[in-house]
Amino acid sequence: MSEIKIQEKTPVSERKMAVQVDDLTVAYNYKPVLWDIDLEIPEGVLMAIVGPNGAGKSTLIKAILGILKPIAGSVTIYGKPYDEQRKLVAYVPQKGSVDWDFPTTALDVVMMGTYGSLGWIKRPGLKEKKSSLEALEKVGMLAFKNRQISQLSGGQQQRIFLARALVQDASIYFMDEPFQGVDATTEIAIINILKELRKAGKTVIVVHHDLQTVPEYFDWVTFLNVKKIATGPVKDIFNDDNLTKTYGINYKVSIQE
Amino acid sequence: MDIQEYFSLVFSDYTLRTITLGTAILGAVTGMLGSFAVLRKQSLLGDAISHAALPGIAIAFLITGSKDTNTLLIGALISGLIGTFWIRGIVTKTHLKSDTALGLILSLFFGFGMLLLTFIQKQPNANQAGLDKYLFGQAATLVEKDVWLMAIITGLCLFVLLFFWKEFKLFLFDADYAKTLGFNTNFIDILITSFIVLAIVLGLQTVGVVLMSAMLLAPAAAARQWTNSLSKMVFLAAIFGAFSGVFGTAISASQNNLSTGPVIVIVASVFVVISFIFSPSRGLLFRQIRFIANRRDLEQQKTLAFMYHIAETHDNISHPHTIKILNNFQGYTRKTLQKLVDKGYVTLDGTMWSLTEKGFETAANLYNQQALKDE
Ligand SMILES: Nc1ncnc2c1ncn2[C@@H]1O[C@H](COP(=O)(O)OP(=O)(O)O)[C@@H](O)[C@H]1O
Ligand SMILES: [Mg+2]
Repeated sequence: MSEIKIQEKTPVSERKMAVQVDDLTVAYNYKPVLWDIDLEIPEGVLMAIVGPNGAGKSTLIKAILGILKPIAGSVTIYGKPYDEQRKLVAYVPQKGSVDWDFPTTALDVVMMGTYGSLGWIKRPGLKEKKSSLEALEKVGMLAFKNRQISQLSGGQQQRIFLARALVQDASIYFMDEPFQGVDATTEIAIINILKELRKAGKTVIVVHHDLQTVPEYFDWVTFLNVKKIATGPVKDIFNDDNLTKTYGINYKVSIQE
Repeated sequence: MDIQEYFSLVFSDYTLRTITLGTAILGAVTGMLGSFAVLRKQSLLGDAISHAALPGIAIAFLITGSKDTNTLLIGALISGLIGTFWIRGIVTKTHLKSDTALGLILSLFFGFGMLLLTFIQKQPNANQAGLDKYLFGQAATLVEKDVWLMAIITGLCLFVLLFFWKEFKLFLFDADYAKTLGFNTNFIDILITSFIVLAIVLGLQTVGVVLMSAMLLAPAAAARQWTNSLSKMVFLAAIFGAFSGVFGTAISASQNNLSTGPVIVIVASVFVVISFIFSPSRGLLFRQIRFIANRRDLEQQKTLAFMYHIAETHDNISHPHTIKILNNFQGYTRKTLQKLVDKGYVTLDGTMWSLTEKGFETAANLYNQQALKDE
């Protein structure tokens, strides 16, 4: 993985494309929820995907990760199909997508992040346990390692999910609403970890809801509402015009105020 | 025969031993696999599979004319599998909810099965009698080779379970994530579902089509109440299932006219009821007790905190104050005061109270603890 490490200072124009999406169209029923999406994500960015509820943000991530089969279009990760590159990619699903009453512990869930590199049949051993404990430590959850996951707060559950992705030691991280339902302390803890990932040359893609914090947290942004509205550096394209196009309401008195 | 007699006979009497062993093994394997159905919230799956198996039994009989259990169960297995994979197909190809698909297949196959049974019933040859035993099961017809078959399938199931444990767990908790890690979730799903079909078909002779899904769900639902670990849950479900089998057989053997299948299911349900009431962490009873205890603790803590604020204003924390002051504080009762005295936090002298050293420290800590809890 070291060969694709990059310097944060490298100008974006000279960077490789971490993710490339071409003409992607996805539908659950007959009506497409993503329509003809073209998207290039340069490596080393911390990117927000913004858009109203039901815009297809989760669907976009799921299609990129091969969870959903698109009707049309293609996705490549560093120039190759996802299937060949999955070890470079980690995923934090939306917290509500699993049953937190499942009989298992925090450490166990984090350990699942090692299953991909283990492959079929092989059981996690000491090495996997060690890296999982380190990840728990990083997200400040080491003291809760043996907790049944239903007895964690929403913010703690979110941290567990983040730790599970960190264990994957990937180059590209996809996170679906990692700030959903977390308190201010957790939000700061999480964003610091994300910024650290970027500093280490990783690409981090985050579905994000709080428009106020976009300029503070992210350097790259994609506006999505069924179609891709815009994508690029936050300082260039995060403006009222794109917000209005995406959310359909007049955003004149937004953000800066 | 009474229950005592049953247990003294079970080791020596061949028939009794066979039936008991059969129902115990059946209970264990359905309990194990039922854990997966329960965790996937597929409570209708067992019903759909068992009902879908019925036409297979009838068709196997119509084709072969044989009443041999294994022949009929192979028919059941085939139609159970067809039904199950139709359900999968319906769910992935159309936009029907999985409950709808399950219900649809269940009624369709069961209706067709009943139709065939009635048709067979009306045939002139007398051979047909007895197929309807698959509706409610007839444990008494279990013979040694049936038990062997059950034991082999259970062993195979156990082996697969241990072999793919990690994959099963990952799939059950977060199937999408499993997919992104490169696991073939379709394969895992088909493996689990096929074993559930197999276990259900094995139970048709003993428990029957109608009640079979209870055998799948009841031990697992009961087991979930007692543990927060997947492996312990699967293990406990197997134990509960096996005990339901043994006790059910014992009770029905000692009461002449009770058929075994329904009694086994009732015993399994008793496990569920007991578990839902008495489980220490999830049961209704202890939840209620904890709730009351919490409320009492809270009252005491509030009273102690109030006293702490009064005591704080004096240099000597144990300076006595009149009980009347406490009356201003809502939530205070004589009983909580007495409890605080019992705990050594407060001393009483006539109508005066004073905080002890221990009481003062405890009260001071309460705030820190509260802060920690909110974290
Ligand atoms: N499993 C599904 N089946 C059918 N429709 C779905 C499914 N998941 C999402 N949708 C629909 O697809 C659209 C996009 O959903 P989603 O990607 O979850 O939006 P977002 O994450 O931006 O809120 C919504 O209209 C939603 O109702
Ligand atoms: Mg979403």
